[in-house]
Amino acid sequence: MNFIFEIFQYQFLQNAIFAALLASITCGIIGSYIVTKRIVFISGGITHASFGGIGISWFFGFNPILGAAFFGVLSALGIEWLSKKTEVRQDSVIGILWALGMALGIIFIYMTPGYAPNLLSFLFGNILTVGALDLYLLTALALLTILIFALMLKPILFVAFDEEYAKTQRIPVQLINYLMIALVALAIVLNIRVVGIILVISFLTIPQTIANLFTKDFKKMIIGSIIFGIIGSFTGLLVSYEINAPSGATIIISFVILFILAKIIQLIMIALKRKNNKLKKEI
Amino acid sequence: MKELLQLQSICAAYDEKLVLENVNLSVKENDFIGVIGPNGGGKTTLLKVILGILKPVGGEIISESCSIGYLPQINQIDKKFPISVLDVVLSGLMTEKSLFSRYRKSDQQNAEELMQQMGILHLKDKTIGELSGGQMQRVFLCRAIISRPKLLILDEPDTYVDSNFEGELYDTLDRLNEEMAIIIVSHDVGTICSHVKTIACVNRNLCYHDSNVISKEQLEAYNCPIDLITHGDVPHRVLKHH
Repeated sequence: MNFIFEIFQYQFLQNAIFAALLASITCGIIGSYIVTKRIVFISGGITHASFGGIGISWFFGFNPILGAAFFGVLSALGIEWLSKKTEVRQDSVIGILWALGMALGIIFIYMTPGYAPNLLSFLFGNILTVGALDLYLLTALALLTILIFALMLKPILFVAFDEEYAKTQRIPVQLINYLMIALVALAIVLNIRVVGIILVISFLTIPQTIANLFTKDFKKMIIGSIIFGIIGSFTGLLVSYEINAPSGATIIISFVILFILAKIIQLIMIALKRKNNKLKKEI
Repeated sequence: MKELLQLQSICAAYDEKLVLENVNLSVKENDFIGVIGPNGGGKTTLLKVILGILKPVGGEIISESCSIGYLPQINQIDKKFPISVLDVVLSGLMTEKSLFSRYRKSDQQNAEELMQQMGILHLKDKTIGELSGGQMQRVFLCRAIISRPKLLILDEPDTYVDSNFEGELYDTLDRLNEEMAIIIVSHDVGTICSHVKTIACVNRNLCYHDSNVISKEQLEAYNCPIDLITHGDVPHRVLKHH
């Protein structure tokens, strides 16, 4: 129980808690969109492409997260633009972008003279080193995401559900798609600090999959994802602190355990329901 | 009668492959056009050009921006998508709403009334994937007509449905035809021809028949490989070569 007391003592632990909370909110909302629109692979591509941005900005001495944001949004808009060109195989292009981003990132980081940064912290994240700038950015993104979804939930949902139909209704489908994919890219990049490049996609998909076990409603799915996100990331943070392991990995393992527990609970619920129905029939 | 829409020498293509060539069609108020033709002949492509989803590579569409209701092929729909039946119907009102405007109580009442008429009100809180094929077609028909469009376009509304619903569907369409023009694509040539007023046969080209009866000679002249239908006292169908 040392952890609880130490939260009040150490600024970095308070930062980590805030970061986990903000990440859960943003990822809960954006992840629900990613999962329902089936763009998990696209999101994976954006994540890895943004590593190129990290490397380049490290080499030139910019803030790596801002560089990654620029690179990530650019590649996201590029992928969305390509997806309308029928002559291109979109998944192949994503695969290329995925690898290219990683290659660029590694080359530029190794070419940077002097101290080589800890690659592991980019790949697996380190929530315990989140600083004030990260928190400001995460807060701004969480507010922006909440605002956009609060104002345009229905149009976003309708376009994701049936894009062709939305086009016949003369609403700016393309604009909404670009806006959403840019938001997806920002959510991915800012959360690289929290869970790292390799694991950020699971923060965007596992809580949603858990929520999806219990509800088929988009709004409830968002709320459920946020709650499961908070439970999983706080548990992961605690474990990371106690055993001194990268936070990204411990958070994801908490998510997976949470998923297994949820699946068991769901199966029990289904079994109980069946039994009840059977009893009712017999009576 | 007022003309709603006119296609003039339309050519449409996917990538390099020409699907429609030099198509002319005029749609007037209260038209009820059945679109028939072989698979891959360009029926759905024609609808997409009319709907403005697909830009033609040649020709011109003249229209007085008339409101269009659309029922797509339901196999295009993601059955796992977390959207309620009521929301699907409400999405038919997108044109009238700005991006930020809310759906009012009156919109919801409007939707529920329509669903009541179609006999699907009890399904309103279900997710789209929980429905049967016939129920889904009813939901998408509600979505297509909730905004009371001037032109209703239906792409195979009679697939995945029971014959019970098929009869109901055509009764509903007859009623709707009093206030809107209808274009319907169907595989079931026999049924469709006994309900529509005119027929358009699409197989890369389009030939328009100003009645719902096509003769064998006409079909051969247009190189249109479909079953031949006649409507005598006893409706029957003449099948060639098999």
